[in-house]
Amino acid sequence: MEGDRELHITATRTYVAVWVGLLALTALTIKAAELQLGALSMAANLLIASSKASLVLWFFMHLKYEKRVLKVMLLVPIATLTIIIGLTFFDIWYR
Amino acid sequence: MNETAHIEHRDYTGAKLGMWLFLFTEVLLFGGLFLLYSVYREVHSKDFHTAAAELGTTIGAINTVVLLTSSLTMALSIAALRRGAKNRSLVLQAATILLGLAFLVNKYFEWSEHIHHGYYPASPELLARGHGEVLFFGLYYVMTGIHGIHVLIGMGLISFMMAFTLTGRVSSNDFIKLENTGLFWHLVDVIWIYLFPLFYLIT
Repeated sequence: MEGDRELHITATRTYVAVWVGLLALTALTIKAAELQLGALSMAANLLIASSKASLVLWFFMHLKYEKRVLKVMLLVPIATLTIIIGLTFFDIWYR
Repeated sequence: MNETAHIEHRDYTGAKLGMWLFLFTEVLLFGGLFLLYSVYREVHSKDFHTAAAELGTTIGAINTVVLLTSSLTMALSIAALRRGAKNRSLVLQAATILLGLAFLVNKYFEWSEHIHHGYYPASPELLARGHGEVLFFGLYYVMTGIHGIHVLIGMGLISFMMAFTLTGRVSSNDFIKLENTGLFWHLVDVIWIYLFPLFYLIT
C-alpha cells in the first residue's frame, strides 16, 4: 500500500551501503579525470556525477518510497534544465 | 470505535510536496549558473582548461567525502528518531552539523589560498590573464559561494531541529520537520556532487 510505503524506515546497512557506493564513485570520478580522456572527460564525469545524484535522491531522499506523482514531478525541473541548456547550445553552435 | 479520532491528522504528503517544490526552485537557481558555466566553457574551452588546473583536487576530494558522510549521518538521524532512539538521533544531527562546519573550514582555507595567490574577483593577477579565466574564477566563487551559504543555512536548520528534538516538538510521532531538513541537506549534497567534477576535475 502507498500509505505503508511512506512509513518505511530504511535499514542502517542500506544507508551505509549507499554511502560506500558514493565513495567508490567519487574515487572513480577522480580516476577518470586523471586519465585525461579529452572530450570524453566531461561525459564520463557527468555520467558518474548523475549516478551519485541518483543514489542520493533514491535512497537518502527516500524517493524510492514516494508516490509516483512526486517521481514524475522531479522530471519537470530536469526536463526544463535540459531543454534550456540544449536550446542554448543550438544557438551557440549554429548561430 | 473512536480510535482514529485520537490520532492527530498529519499531512506528510503535502508537507513533503511543498518541500520538493521549493527544492525544484533551488535546482533552477543553480541550473541558471550551470547554464552560464556550460556556455562559457564551450566558448572559452582553452582558458577554462588552464584555470581549472589552478584548483587542487585534494581539498575538493576531501570536501566531497565530508559532505557525502554528512548526508549519511543526516539520513541515519531521521531513521534513529523514527525508531524512537532520540539520543542517537541527536548525536547524529550534531555530527551532521560538525561535518558541515568541517566543509566550510576547508572552504575557508581553500579560498584563502586562492586569494593569497592573487586569484579573486577583479584581482590584477587575474585580469592580466585570459577573459575565460576571469569568467572561470567568477563562476567558481559565485557557485561555490552560494553553495557554501546553503551549507550554512542547512547547519542552522539542523540546529533548530536539535532544539525541537530536545523539547519533543520533533519526535518519532512527528518527524516531518526533520525529514524536510534532511531533504534540503541532501539537495545541497547533490549540487556539490556536480560542482566537484565541473570545477576541480575536468580540465
